[in-house]
Amino acid sequence: MSEILLLVEAKDGILDKKTLELIRGAKDLARDLGTGASAVVVGHETAQLAESAASFGLEKVYRLEHPLLEGFKPDAWVGALEWLCKQTAPRIFLISHSFVGKEVAPRLAYRLNTELTTDCLALKIDPNDGLLIRTKPIYGGNAVAALKCEGLPQMVTVRKNAFEPAEQVTTLSDILDMAPGIDESILKVKSLKTVPEEVVELDKANVVISGGRGIVDKEDFEMLTALAAAMSKTLGNVVMVGCSRPVVDRCWMSSDRQVGLTGTIIAPDTYVAVGISGAIQHLVGMIRSKKIVAINTDPGCNMFKVADYGVVADYKDLIPALVKKLEG
Amino acid sequence: MKEPQIIVCAKQIPDPEAPFSNVSVNVEKKEVIVDAPDVISPYDENALEAAIRIKEELGGKITVLSMGRKVSDTVLRKTIAAGADALILLEDPLFQGLESNSVAYVLSCAIKKIGAYDLILTGRQAGDWDSGQVGLILAEMLGIPSISLARSVKINDGRVVVEKTVPVGYEVVEAGLPALVTVSNEVGELRYVARSKMLGLLRRPMPIPKWGLKDLGNNAERLKKVQLMELSPPTDMRRECFLIEGSSPEEQADKLASVLKELR
Repeated sequence: MSEILLLVEAKDGILDKKTLELIRGAKDLARDLGTGASAVVVGHETAQLAESAASFGLEKVYRLEHPLLEGFKPDAWVGALEWLCKQTAPRIFLISHSFVGKEVAPRLAYRLNTELTTDCLALKIDPNDGLLIRTKPIYGGNAVAALKCEGLPQMVTVRKNAFEPAEQVTTLSDILDMAPGIDESILKVKSLKTVPEEVVELDKANVVISGGRGIVDKEDFEMLTALAAAMSKTLGNVVMVGCSRPVVDRCWMSSDRQVGLTGTIIAPDTYVAVGISGAIQHLVGMIRSKKIVAINTDPGCNMFKVADYGVVADYKDLIPALVKKLEG
Repeated sequence: MKEPQIIVCAKQIPDPEAPFSNVSVNVEKKEVIVDAPDVISPYDENALEAAIRIKEELGGKITVLSMGRKVSDTVLRKTIAAGADALILLEDPLFQGLESNSVAYVLSCAIKKIGAYDLILTGRQAGDWDSGQVGLILAEMLGIPSISLARSVKINDGRVVVEKTVPVGYEVVEAGLPALVTVSNEVGELRYVARSKMLGLLRRPMPIPKWGLKDLGNNAERLKKVQLMELSPPTDMRRECFLIEGSSPEEQADKLASVLKELR
């Protein structure tokens, strides 16, 4: 066996865009190696999901089906995928650098006695030894490393947008039903309840206004909210308020609003950074914004070096005046 | 229950909040050079904060483990000042540039040497390589349950109860002890340590054990380094910044409002 395997992820029964990107990546690597690419669908009652995955020109779709795999219980998913990999011995296993992937991949790699590289931006095959060359940002994106690892399967998690999404084809892949050898005893962690919260999806906004360490009071975020409302009203855009990591560390904002390497990576039309100095791990999250506006009291701060427009001013004076001008 | 024994794994790294102009890449030597002081990796500080809160409630002992080629006890003593009880440095020239499995292996040897423990806390990922692997692998090696991305950690009736950040909100999960939990920044930042307390602590003699590979089973063959093929600088992020000037905030606001309207 020498095929390339990828883990399918879906939300509400619809394939994730990240999964479509993985399919493209897997097929490209398969072409270079002269082998096939297959996918694995994990869950309970996954027939429909397996069928959607089967319409992208993959060789096979493994359907790893078990009542314990309903929802996402990491212990069960890791156990089932370990079982599958031991059955099928893939040469390469691609997983999205997603909530699921970040949790499953390290544990799975350990159990399969191989090494994992997380958060890869690009992948290629070394023609000399057939190993995967993994390109990964380190030091928050201040450097880009290309590395190799021993062990099979060659395992990586892949950042979103690393590949173009795959397109559907007319022929269907074979779907193989697999009943993993797992039982209740595999669950070491018990889920008591899931509490839904209002989650802000910053990537849906045209404009994001973020506050950082320079915002001195929690209440001052109300100024940013007022600015968001004024911009939304005047410009007719979807405007949301985000923040950098120190703000979440202070528990002033929930982490769904955090922009950066460990928060959300976004590319809005306009990004307004208020009191953000421009630590690289924040820049990674917003540098692809079409236009960047920086507001800061320190003219030497890094945010001005990556911004299209800069205002050296105290937000406490500037923002209320700006709200007035926009509304006036 | 008895008072919990908590181990916190804390990595010393160059300050990840350093401005990008202070970071450069030596392509030939395949090295990242950071012109900034070393700090404790921020998520590991969050893990320590979570540990201190448990100790405040239940008592017990917090041991901080830090591993590297050369670890500075001046950086790590902050953990004691904040509320940890003991600090053990895992130091050996062979510990430089190890891949995640090998790091987890060394930590697992140290934890077995410590002996009894109830809970291991690590940051969700280190702020240098951001791999997010060592904690989860460590739990696998020790054969204990693992829970990731905690935003709150409590011990209740001999079990660990965690609020874990999930895409739709949070999930409350629990596991028997011993267990390992990786901690995220939603827990809150490490409590403030007064500078005078830090300085006082630095002057006070304090036993800080240093364990090298020979103290930890001496199995050099088990250690593998990251196979770095190439290191390159990132693509240039700089843009031409147009500064909006004015004699008053109102004037600046007026000009900025026009810019924002144009950007629509």
